[in-house]
Amino acid sequence: MLQQLGQLPMGWLLIALIAVFGSAAFFLGRMRAEQLLETSTGRMHSRPNYHGYYVAMFTVVPVVLIAVAYAIFAEDLMRSQLTRELPSSFDRLSPAELQSYLESVRMAAGTAATSGADRVFQAITNRYLELRGVMNTATLALLGLLAAGGIFWSQRRLSQNFRARAVVENGMELVLFLCAGVAIATTAGIVVSLLYESLQFFQVVSVWDFLTGTRWNAQTNAEFGALPLFFGTFMIALIAMLVAAPIGLFSAIFLSEYASPKARGWIKPILEILAGIPTVVYGFFALLVVAPAIRQMAVWFNESVIQMGLASEPILAAQPTSALAAGLVMGIMVIPFVSSLSDDVINAVPQTLRDAAYALGATKSETVKQVVVPAALPGIIAALLLAVSRAIGETMIVVMAAGKSARISMDPTSDLTTITVQIVSLMTGETGFDDPKTLSAFALGLVLFIVTLIFNIVALRVVKKYREKYE
Amino acid sequence: MDTTLGMSTAVDDNLTLPPATDTAAAPRIDCRNIKVFYGETEAIHDVSMAFPDRAVTALIGPSGCGKSTFLRCLNRMNDTIENCRVEGEILMDGENINDADVDPVLLRSRVGMVFQKPNPFPKSIYDNIAYGPRIHGLANGREDLDAIVEKSLRRAGLWDEVKDRLAAPGTGLSGGQQQRLCIARAIAVQPEVILMDEPCSALDPIATARIEELIDELRNRYCIVIVTHSMQQAARVSQRTAFFHLGNLVELGDTSQIFTNPREKRTEDYITGRFG
Amino acid sequence: MSKKPGALTTSAASAKHLKRRRAADGRFRYYGLSAIVVALGALAVLAVTIGSQAMSAASYHVVSYEVTLDPAVIAPEGASRPEDISRNVDGFYSLVRDNLLNTFPEAGADRNSRREVSDFVTRLAVLPTARLVAGNPELIGSRISVTAPLNDDLDLYLKGIGVRERKIRAGAISSVEPAPEGAFQVSGAGAFNGLLAGLTVANEGRKDDAVQLDVLLTSGVSTGRLTEISADTAHLELLTGRVADFTESAPTARIIQSAESERTISNKQIAWTLALQDMGRIKRAPRWTLLTNSDSTYPELAGGLSAIVGSLLTMLVTALVAMPVGILAAVYLEEFAPRNRVTEFIEVNINNLAAVPSIVFGLLGAALFINFIGMPRSAPLVGGLVLALMTFPVVIIASRAALKSVPPSVRAGALAVGASQMQTVFHHVVPLAAPGILTGAILGMARALGETAPLLLIGMVAFVGDVPKSPMDESTVMPVLIFSWSNNAERAWEPLTAAMIVILLAFLLLMNGLVVFLRRKYERRW
Repeated sequence: MLQQLGQLPMGWLLIALIAVFGSAAFFLGRMRAEQLLETSTGRMHSRPNYHGYYVAMFTVVPVVLIAVAYAIFAEDLMRSQLTRELPSSFDRLSPAELQSYLESVRMAAGTAATSGADRVFQAITNRYLELRGVMNTATLALLGLLAAGGIFWSQRRLSQNFRARAVVENGMELVLFLCAGVAIATTAGIVVSLLYESLQFFQVVSVWDFLTGTRWNAQTNAEFGALPLFFGTFMIALIAMLVAAPIGLFSAIFLSEYASPKARGWIKPILEILAGIPTVVYGFFALLVVAPAIRQMAVWFNESVIQMGLASEPILAAQPTSALAAGLVMGIMVIPFVSSLSDDVINAVPQTLRDAAYALGATKSETVKQVVVPAALPGIIAALLLAVSRAIGETMIVVMAAGKSARISMDPTSDLTTITVQIVSLMTGETGFDDPKTLSAFALGLVLFIVTLIFNIVALRVVKKYREKYE
Repeated sequence: MDTTLGMSTAVDDNLTLPPATDTAAAPRIDCRNIKVFYGETEAIHDVSMAFPDRAVTALIGPSGCGKSTFLRCLNRMNDTIENCRVEGEILMDGENINDADVDPVLLRSRVGMVFQKPNPFPKSIYDNIAYGPRIHGLANGREDLDAIVEKSLRRAGLWDEVKDRLAAPGTGLSGGQQQRLCIARAIAVQPEVILMDEPCSALDPIATARIEELIDELRNRYCIVIVTHSMQQAARVSQRTAFFHLGNLVELGDTSQIFTNPREKRTEDYITGRFG
Repeated sequence: MSKKPGALTTSAASAKHLKRRRAADGRFRYYGLSAIVVALGALAVLAVTIGSQAMSAASYHVVSYEVTLDPAVIAPEGASRPEDISRNVDGFYSLVRDNLLNTFPEAGADRNSRREVSDFVTRLAVLPTARLVAGNPELIGSRISVTAPLNDDLDLYLKGIGVRERKIRAGAISSVEPAPEGAFQVSGAGAFNGLLAGLTVANEGRKDDAVQLDVLLTSGVSTGRLTEISADTAHLELLTGRVADFTESAPTARIIQSAESERTISNKQIAWTLALQDMGRIKRAPRWTLLTNSDSTYPELAGGLSAIVGSLLTMLVTALVAMPVGILAAVYLEEFAPRNRVTEFIEVNINNLAAVPSIVFGLLGAALFINFIGMPRSAPLVGGLVLALMTFPVVIIASRAALKSVPPSVRAGALAVGASQMQTVFHHVVPLAAPGILTGAILGMARALGETAPLLLIGMVAFVGDVPKSPMDESTVMPVLIFSWSNNAERAWEPLTAAMIVILLAFLLLMNGLVVFLRRKYERRW
């Protein structure tokens, strides 16, 4: 009997019960309100529907809480009880093995396909089903009790002057607030998960060794000196900014100061396409076109230098994936981030400033260089900061085109690795969460998060200050 | 305490309002020592005045004198402005509408409001009128609602112009028609008081004349408070006039008296056009 | 310039100075223009490379085989139920291979040749046929024509991408005489003049002459390899067909630009391919399998169906979570939130979340959903949740802008007839802001659809051969599939990857088109 109860499809059952209890409560509440309406002499404070919502609210909320609690805790509770009852022969199993054994028990219980398995397994599965039956019965009973109690209690509060609408709307406002609170929860989730795993990692490797060590070999030798990764990230972001800053800035100047409105109307959206292309596409482009081209050029450069007798051996590394390839393509990707925001801030510079410069006899370029750009400088700097932050956090281009060797090399044609590349390669392996390899990815993620956060906060502050200045 | 506000209008007599009378009866709204603060600054200084039922009271005064702010106290629209605080008592049926347990939503269904610029909802003409009755549950069924819509539009003098296109968007009407639509929308929730915040300032003279006529007709059923910039308009439509200046109520009296024989120097200066 | 010196024309020195300033002005404008040109040029190069690669993958070569569905082979005793037939890959494959061996008897001679001819079609390519027969058992015993995609290397060869070759018309061959070791001596007056010239060109610039270039001579279904070529005669080693064919019509010579050891396809395979082509059994067909097949380790069979479905499921989860939560949060912040510390803190959080690198969300997903809560790896549910957390700040920011654009007079009007604030917002403000909210949400979803990095961290990179049926199934998504395919070494994956990119971009274009449409149709200016 208990075992059959253990087979109940609790997910669907709970959802159905929530729907049934909710609508039943709504109609009961509305019926009660309509009765009140007939017997009362004046107008009611709230419309009958709101009384219905009120009753439904106080019925559904506890039921949902129970259902959520069941979804989160039930399995764990059952497993820990089952583990306690297991014969002593299971003591030698490691936690991971035990978990996978219990997982197979759960699977078997789900399909009721225990025939053919050994007797111990069958017995454990049956016991598991019994436990689950108890759990399900208790949950359903509690749920029914709470729902009935909710309906009974909230029904009694209905009266002609009861402000059901106000209560319901307060409840809705709470829901709205909780939705906005998801932003805080997400940030907190990021900070906590990064910190928690990083702290575990820093128990194995000291913070100082991690930040200043020059040897990174996480996959094989458990060497966790992240300096080469920081260097690679910096180098590639630098190359990207060397591409994006002048092109983005000059594009913005051209669009806002020189281009006709019609040309601007065409060019601006096309430039913004660059920001809408998925980064994996850029990665493919870097891998397919840019990296081989750079390699060929580097090889050609090496050969000509040797032929000219300037060197006896190749100067450039000329590797198939290179920092230069990744940096160049990333630069292209980042252009619209620079140009759009710069364009906005340049447009925000008051026309009166330009007029003043023209009135002094300045040419257009002198006006732009000496008046407009200096006036817009804080905004432009913010745009560049946001672009840098974007370049540092960019993943797919570097994963596909930058390489995996952690080294410190000034040669842009050698392959360098970055923080994000290492996070991906560490996290895509089949290692568990207790392995320092996995944990080191979180330490890297923490560094990445902090650095980009600083860039973003500074940039947003600058933009805000700038806006206040001209508005 | 909160009960009276909810119950004074019986549900059954949806559209049968008390018969029209010409004489101003007991005050519909009685304001005592009203002060309004925006943050720390006091915008209205200790104003006390009463609004008689079935009469039009005009609030006049130069820009920024606080007449609109005062008007918005009467249906607690100032609640929607952050850091705005109202002190003093505003009594309606002996109950202070500023009490914490008065529901402003119910108050506003009794005290309707028409704004400076016509602001019909971007919906059909029908839905514009029907929205209020719907949320307040004033109609039992479709036919009832149709009747309310027709009655409100008739009272606002708009029925003949729009009866064939009730499904057309309200925003497609002319400015004057839009404003009458807004008046009809206010009437549809069966208010006792109608507040009008410079209802003609965005309209041309012909539309203005039409609205003024309408106000005169409505006077027989409602307590009307109108804020206006135009002294001529105040003289034309109102029975009582209050002159505001710098947040103070300078003078209050019958319109004829205020315009012909003001007691205060400042009133006289204003109506003779010496400032403002 | 006017002749008379006036106030606006000044001394020579200052004129020179002015000229310099004007030149600087022109240069500056030119810098701006070139920046635009470079940016747009980069976009154009990207579009053209990916577009042209994708074009070549839009069609492929299929070979048709006439086979008799011998029940003993495809539905042997004890395995004749439809589900057995649909899984009987070996049986169907043997039919196809035997057909090839019958067509080219010389391939049966040695193991190596048998393997080379078997390479023409991948075992799994017969699966659709097996399913067809399983569904229509009446076909058993009849003779049907089966089509299967050609091996990817040969497909590339026929498209002229893989192995480079130079085609030269040879003159008429007058006589073919047997030579030692089963070879032949072919001769015709001046038949190989053109070929010799071509060979000279081909050999120029080659570094090592040690390895001789292969020269193939084809006539009809017959192909042979030429050596010891002179103007009138050459030594021919027959690869397939009959020697008699060469005298019947003017043959074509092919100089294969790389040595046999350097290529993935042998001379014999080229010869058979040409023969099949001559028989009309190879056709170039549109590659619908890109949309209807799931991932495969064989490029000619691989398709994006499972990734497309995975993407849709993931987006479904993202939309169901990010859109309501984001919109309601925006409503709260724009319409209800008091101005206080908590609100300010929420706003700071949202602005920062919108700029957090996407990979950090992947770490959050791995730590929170997979490690802590214990959700399944590689599931669209987890991917969708991670992307939802990433998308919802974008939805909030866009929705707030849309709500802000609804004029306050609408709110005042609703409040004045006694609507509560909640009613005002949900009856009037939100419906009016809906087009703006929706476009913002779609743009956020488009960004999520192209996102790769966070999904790699939650294990969506695994090879998935089946179409996922629910958000809990193992699955991959389009951008991750692009990443996986671009990692594959074989040459044939490059155009396939590009084609998959085009499919992904088509989805993004669709979403952006929808945004433009919504804006045109519904967005109102107040």
